[in-house]
Amino acid sequence: MTVVKVENMVKRYPMGGREFTALKKINLEFEKGEFCGIIGPSGSGKTTLLNIIGSLDVPSEGSTIVLGKRIESLSHKEAARLRSKYLGFIFQTYNLLPVYTVFENVEFPLLLLKLSAEERKKKVFDALKWVHLLDKVDSRPAQLSGGESQRVSVARAIVKRPELVLADEPTANLDAENSYNILEMMVKLNKELKTTFIFATHDEKVIRYLRRKILLIDGKVAKDEVVNPAPHKRGWVN
Amino acid sequence: MIRFLVKGLIRDRSRSLFPVLTVSAGVFLTVFLYSFMQGVFGDYVKANAQFDTGHVKIMTRAYKDVADQTPNDLAILGIEELLEQLRNTWEKMIWTPRIRFGGLLDIPDVHGETRSQGPVMGLGVDLLSPETSEIEILNLKNSIVQGNLPQKENEILISGEFANKLGVKLGENATLLSSTMHGSMAMYNFKVVGIVRFGMTALDKSTIIADIRDVQAALDMTDGASEILGYSRDMVYAEDNMMKLAKEFNSKFSKEDDEFSPIMLYLGEQGGLGEYLNLGKSFGSIIVGIFVFAMSIVLWNSGLLNGLRRYGEIGVRLAMGEPKGSIYRRMIAESLVIGIFGSVMGTLLGIAISYYLQYTGIDFSNMMQKSSVLLSNEIRARVTPTSYVIGLLPGIIASAIGTMFAGIGIYRRQTSQLFKELEV
Repeated sequence: MTVVKVENMVKRYPMGGREFTALKKINLEFEKGEFCGIIGPSGSGKTTLLNIIGSLDVPSEGSTIVLGKRIESLSHKEAARLRSKYLGFIFQTYNLLPVYTVFENVEFPLLLLKLSAEERKKKVFDALKWVHLLDKVDSRPAQLSGGESQRVSVARAIVKRPELVLADEPTANLDAENSYNILEMMVKLNKELKTTFIFATHDEKVIRYLRRKILLIDGKVAKDEVVNPAPHKRGWVN
Repeated sequence: MIRFLVKGLIRDRSRSLFPVLTVSAGVFLTVFLYSFMQGVFGDYVKANAQFDTGHVKIMTRAYKDVADQTPNDLAILGIEELLEQLRNTWEKMIWTPRIRFGGLLDIPDVHGETRSQGPVMGLGVDLLSPETSEIEILNLKNSIVQGNLPQKENEILISGEFANKLGVKLGENATLLSSTMHGSMAMYNFKVVGIVRFGMTALDKSTIIADIRDVQAALDMTDGASEILGYSRDMVYAEDNMMKLAKEFNSKFSKEDDEFSPIMLYLGEQGGLGEYLNLGKSFGSIIVGIFVFAMSIVLWNSGLLNGLRRYGEIGVRLAMGEPKGSIYRRMIAESLVIGIFGSVMGTLLGIAISYYLQYTGIDFSNMMQKSSVLLSNEIRARVTPTSYVIGLLPGIIASAIGTMFAGIGIYRRQTSQLFKELEV
């Protein structure tokens, strides 16, 4: 089943009176349950592509269909509904809400789905169990380590059981040990929940886990290959 | 969701405490300034009503034109009959005749020679009749600092400053040198029985107060008075009622072709007090307008700073699927909560300080030594029912407007742009 279909997609930005083309005629398809990554150097258009797939931006040309919805024709509200129901985001800088506890951070996406308090509680505890953070339920982000913060971020992304998780450089701020833990956790989630993961990364640690690598150079797909992920050991260092 | 946002508000002090304090400060200033100005305007109008204008004043048409010269040759005559008609027709009013006069007050020594002398501003009022209201209207009992009220004819009260200047003591004689209403010289002996202090420089400088019958005798004004003042019994000046009353009286008694026919003026028509009253009324609106404008700018800026600080939160909320409109509305809802808290706090503080100043007052006597305005030297705030509400709505509105302006930036930005800024 195709989760994302990108056809002849172009994205241009105005830049100092001119237009800068960030993505040039991109054609891609992502199937359900994929664990894949858009890789490439900085400025190659990885985040832009991820933003468009995540309905945070719209293409200038071509079409992007996510879970049957054409991104370029969605209204703000419809795009928000798509994100709230079906998409999960993981950021490089975690972006946890500092004044809220771990529980409340993970609970937030469920509030938008208007679930009952009881349902929310159950789902939040399930998610925190997944990421082994049940002992940090009442902690604030400032009291967590980088690895723990990113695990909360993962829990927040998967708590609503989204179809698709978009992760933008999720391990960039983590050391090898924590990167390993996070990636192992994501692989497990991908296998057990059949959640599709799309990464935007140039981190070797992540790239080694990917089952499909899409190399983006200067806004063009330079290579798209299915690979066997390399085995990793705990404590692996680059 | 509401509980979630309230938690955030309570925990994030820069999101709640600073804006609440800003709104409180603005509302406090609004309430306090309004109450203080009400006190000043109220005192001024009250003092003028007590000592000069009444709520309504009756004079002859000729007297009215040159009233500031106290032209007693143009005084009203036949006041007993007129007073009876007034009391019968408008029973809810207090009617009282007064004579204003000028002259010299001469203090003789033991040989009857002039010991000291000074220009005097005199007031003849009903002090001795049992039904008189003047003692209450002029607050004479509380104003006496030495001696007592006149108990019999030819006794007078003298203002403290004037008594000091002339070196006159209680029980001593004082001779009034003036002119009768017919233009001949008048000399009349009084005995000083009380020293008064009104706390108004204009009155405390050179005033004597005598019973009107003595003044009538001294100035040859039998059955005459400079003016008849009318007060509503509750002593509250209601402009519309007084205007109606004056119109009614004038249509009945005043004749345009007779300069000695009586004419009634209401307080607002005398000495520019009408403009002053209007200014007092519009002052509240002016303060509120300035407050809303200034506070909106302050809160707009604080909202912008807060918005910048909250880009992270806003970006995450957008990514999680909260629509922009919902974020904007919730920011405004937060600002309303802040506005309500700040306004209530500011109002309570403003009312408390205003009440304190209502009872203690601020002494401006040093600044008013040469003043001829009928304004108390001790200026007090006055808490009115409006004081309780004047800051509430502006506080809430300013808070919401500030956030609305600040939020427009978020609303107009591309989602992905906000997202990029969030990553910074």
